[in-house]
Amino acid sequence: MVLSEIVTSGPDFFYLAPWVVFFPVIGLLINIIFGGRMGEKAIGTVASTASGLTFVVAVLLVLSLRAHPEGATIPLAEWIAIGDLQIDWAFRVDTLSVTMMMVVGGVGTLIHIYAIGYMHEDVRYKNDPGRYQRFFVFFNLFIAAMMILVSGDNYLMLFVGWEGVGLCSYLLIGFWYDKDTLGRYSIDNAQAGKKAFITNRIGDFGFLIAGFLMFWAFKSVQFDTVFEAAHHIAETQTGMILAITLFMLLGVAGKSAQIPLFVWLPDAMAGPTPVSALIHAATMVTAGVYLVARSAPLYTLVPAAQGTVALVGGITALFAATIAVGQYDIKKVLAYSTISQLGFMVAAVGMGAFVAGMFHLVTHAFFKALLFLSAGSVILGVERGHHHAAHGHHDEHDDHAHDHEEVFDPGDMRNMGGMRKTMPVTFWLYLSGTVALAGIFPFAGFWSKDEILAEASALNFTVYILLAIAAFFTAFYMGRQIWMVFFGEPKHEAAEHAEESPPVMTVPLMVLAALSILGGALNLPGVGTFTHWLEHTYDKFSAMHLHHGEFNLTVAITSTVLALVAIGISWMLYGRKPQTQGQPDPLKRILGPIFTGMENKWWIDELYWAVILNPYIVIARFTADVIDWRFWHDWFHDKVIAGSFQWFSRTFLDSWVDQRGIDGFANGLAEGTKELAQRLSGIQTGFVRNYALSVFIGVVVILGYLILQ
Amino acid sequence: MNPVLHPLTLVTFFPLLGVFVLLFIQPERKNAQRWTALITSLITFGISMWLLAEFNAKDPDLQMEINLPWIQVAGWNISYYLGVDGLSILLVLLTTFLTPISILSTWTAIEDRVRDFMLFFLLLEVGMTGVFLAQDLFLFYVFWEFTLVPMYFLIGIWGGPNRMYAAIKFFLYTMAGSLLMLLAILWLGIYQGTFSVPELIAKGGIPADIQLWLFLAFAAAFAIKVPMWPLHSWLPDAHVEAPTAGSVILAGVLLKMGTYGFVRFNIPLFPVAAVKVAPWMALLAVIGIIYGAAVSYAQKDIKKLVAYSSVSHLGFVMLGLFALNPQGIQGGILQMINHGLSTGALFLLVGMIYEQTHTRDFAVYGGLWKLTPIYGTLMLIVVLSSMGLPGLNGFVGEFAILLGAFGSAAIGSPWYAGFAAIGVILAAVYLLYMFQKMFLGPEGSVVEEVKKLGHSIKDLNKREIVTLVPILVLIFWIGLYPKPFFALIAPAVDKLVAAVQSAAAVAMY
Repeated sequence: MVLSEIVTSGPDFFYLAPWVVFFPVIGLLINIIFGGRMGEKAIGTVASTASGLTFVVAVLLVLSLRAHPEGATIPLAEWIAIGDLQIDWAFRVDTLSVTMMMVVGGVGTLIHIYAIGYMHEDVRYKNDPGRYQRFFVFFNLFIAAMMILVSGDNYLMLFVGWEGVGLCSYLLIGFWYDKDTLGRYSIDNAQAGKKAFITNRIGDFGFLIAGFLMFWAFKSVQFDTVFEAAHHIAETQTGMILAITLFMLLGVAGKSAQIPLFVWLPDAMAGPTPVSALIHAATMVTAGVYLVARSAPLYTLVPAAQGTVALVGGITALFAATIAVGQYDIKKVLAYSTISQLGFMVAAVGMGAFVAGMFHLVTHAFFKALLFLSAGSVILGVERGHHHAAHGHHDEHDDHAHDHEEVFDPGDMRNMGGMRKTMPVTFWLYLSGTVALAGIFPFAGFWSKDEILAEASALNFTVYILLAIAAFFTAFYMGRQIWMVFFGEPKHEAAEHAEESPPVMTVPLMVLAALSILGGALNLPGVGTFTHWLEHTYDKFSAMHLHHGEFNLTVAITSTVLALVAIGISWMLYGRKPQTQGQPDPLKRILGPIFTGMENKWWIDELYWAVILNPYIVIARFTADVIDWRFWHDWFHDKVIAGSFQWFSRTFLDSWVDQRGIDGFANGLAEGTKELAQRLSGIQTGFVRNYALSVFIGVVVILGYLILQ
Repeated sequence: MNPVLHPLTLVTFFPLLGVFVLLFIQPERKNAQRWTALITSLITFGISMWLLAEFNAKDPDLQMEINLPWIQVAGWNISYYLGVDGLSILLVLLTTFLTPISILSTWTAIEDRVRDFMLFFLLLEVGMTGVFLAQDLFLFYVFWEFTLVPMYFLIGIWGGPNRMYAAIKFFLYTMAGSLLMLLAILWLGIYQGTFSVPELIAKGGIPADIQLWLFLAFAAAFAIKVPMWPLHSWLPDAHVEAPTAGSVILAGVLLKMGTYGFVRFNIPLFPVAAVKVAPWMALLAVIGIIYGAAVSYAQKDIKKLVAYSSVSHLGFVMLGLFALNPQGIQGGILQMINHGLSTGALFLLVGMIYEQTHTRDFAVYGGLWKLTPIYGTLMLIVVLSSMGLPGLNGFVGEFAILLGAFGSAAIGSPWYAGFAAIGVILAAVYLLYMFQKMFLGPEGSVVEEVKKLGHSIKDLNKREIVTLVPILVLIFWIGLYPKPFFALIAPAVDKLVAAVQSAAAVAMY
């Protein structure tokens, strides 16, 4: 572009939009083809650069949008065109999609860089350095798929990304597909990946049905066409928009881990920590929130759907927060926390507070990525300490690390303690993520969560109560975690010998920490930068008017007090008098069976096994073994059909008709056939011959009738 | 044009030249026989490319027709009538494409009576291509029945332990259905005075009640071939016993003869009946989708799992065809190709590991991805294609089919497509189960078993990769840019849909 043009009309880099997908694809192709000959550093650099370039493109798109806020659609090619069905590969550049690109590209790149260091160690602890290359191929593939999801100009292209990120999630959860989370040989991790994929497919079923309904109602699945006609359809086809939005909600529940489909996300922690941070916290799982925000012109037409979405979000937020309280694995706590925070976002976009929901999506990406990566740093630190302790002082290399007699879980918080001394950098990083998540003034989470709560207090009081309690639990379980991990005395020699992580891991974390601390500035009350930014996307649709969430001091003070009280209680239980190893959780004494429920995730997995999975397996086996095989294949076909035919041919035709009647006539033919068959194959049962004979007779009779009649 | 050098004659009968050459190669010169068959099939593929170049995608009618009188006795008017249009062009290409791939896959797998094997294989190609090109019902029937013979021997001679049973069952089961079709063909020839399909369609005028009977008689032959639930009982036997190349062709092409029959004959010849029975066909299709998926999941034998998956996948094709709208039929035809590619590739891949391990029992497998990374990755791509991951070929077809069926006036209710979409979930269940059992988790006992035999499990060799790469290219191509494929199908399908609609409208008023 010519410089003078930029000066006069502002930059216009919209045409670069497809490169947010092309760059990571190029990156992964380079790593597939040349990765085997490149070193780890080069592989990681290529992947990080590819991801970094998408961020550069996103920044250029932001600049262009400031000059041309109406955005653009960049068509690439025709994809599926059958009759009225016209679906293109086309990229949508507007403030909403570019917000997502910034998050995916920005946070994605930081996590790529962190992973260079993390995976270097991880593949060595797991004794398979060959998998380093594979990790970055999958990671780039994820960026590509996620970018397709957020930049698609129609629902079907969004769906391509939607299932594409699901595939990457499957591959990366099962990255150590021959191990369990403790590094022992097992099918567990692979199982977790499959669970994620299939649970998501249930959600995708809803997405597909929504797509079909949409096509037959609108004759299009392109965003603008659908949104512009939505009003008209709402008036002419009662219930249509409601059906579309509710089926879509099923998809949202799958991808964004909401009730009833949230069960896959905790298991997804089997993936390496950078995966948990990027895919299962910062980006992929927020796709459902994005989908509702994108479909705002549809949802705002049907209050019943909005209420349902908000309620699902609110209940999930609280439900998952209670489970987080009862977990001992450092990543599991964060996983349930993620489900809970996604509940906040879903509730927000459900209520119609799209800006608040998207705002929380952005800040959550910062602080939850920070928390997960810091947790990864903690886990590796403990792992280092464990190796240090296990190997004593001799430096011999152990190729059979997994053969340790003792099974050690480096992620179990009950083994930790006192780590603020051994890993001070990580401690401060973790702490800044925690205060942001707990919603302490003036950190990022405070502003975004508060905006959601303020909107809820005005729009949907039931949901407000649910979210406020969930916020209380959030502060509590994060407090519990901080005390258990970083304070008190080490409860295992591994924690005692834990070592700090290298700068390649901690520096990206510092960037994320800065964002977690300052991210609230994006949308300060009264300034509303982010609100004005997103307005450009929504203003196009006359039916839409964005809520300008008012700052509500009562709500802000209430939630701050709640958070501080929760942290106080967590200190009384876990901080004041640190536990010793093997001591049961203090909450167990107080809450008894309720805590057992939290510990066991309210037995939801068990429930699904009993109600859905086991019955399906039983039915499938019964259908296969009994109905299809023993009844249909063996009995009906072999006994009834073949058996009676054999009787018919051997007894009736062969001995009565053939030998007495037609033998003379057919002898030559039959003998010829017989000889030929014998020579060709050696297969001769007499069965085929009789069959051929009866066919022959039948055809002669019928032909004779037809010709002579 | 010289009838022998006519492109359609050439593409159909060229493999006979290879058969002829094979007859003169001594039985012990196995490589010469393999090369002869491979080169013959490659040239045939080349001829089909020429066909494609000559093909005018905008023309909805039959093209490159060749129509010569053949049997003209007693007022019978049987002719050697070939032609190609949008309904069949891709299937012809699929046949000529999969045949060399299958032959290449037998390079080390078939050591016994190589000449006979190649001979039957090339004869099979003649039959299949003829089925897709014949425009005279009698000629069609001849090709149709002819394909049974080589396949019967391929299963019966080179098959597994229970091959006799499977071969005979395959032969009898499919022939039983064909007989009813033969009756219907004779009825048409006698009462309508011609066996030429275009003439019969142009003539029309068959009363609705007779249409129904004729429809059912044709459907009997085709439904067994597809196979539609509940007529699938021959399929697992045939697939499990057939040699790899036989399974590839069986799943890849022979089953498509059934679905093709519906779209070429049943729908245009008996449009009123087609509209009438559409909901029933859709019902059977949906049952097949769910039933096939559930039964697949419960299998302990890898090949059987893939075999039953065809029942489920072809249920989708049938559902699309009887949506009787452009989305459904175009999706259905494209999905025939997609299924041929992905299930063909699945059978190839299963065959490649079977050659090393000699077992298809899931229980002994596990952790192969680590040992055979290329094999694992290619299998993963094919599995994803088969379960309809967007961006790969299966999705495009499945989506068009479900979308078409969802809003189909002929089927009349979105519930069918709604239930069929559950099959999309279940496909992920059985395919990921298969992938997990074979490739993920710790190493299975088969690794030790193979070691005991004195060798270790090896990754794919160059020949095997070459065998698979063309299929993989198409998997991505159709998934990302299906436009050229739809462009070939579209005009013919639009014409078909219009004809069905007008016939159905006439019948109603």
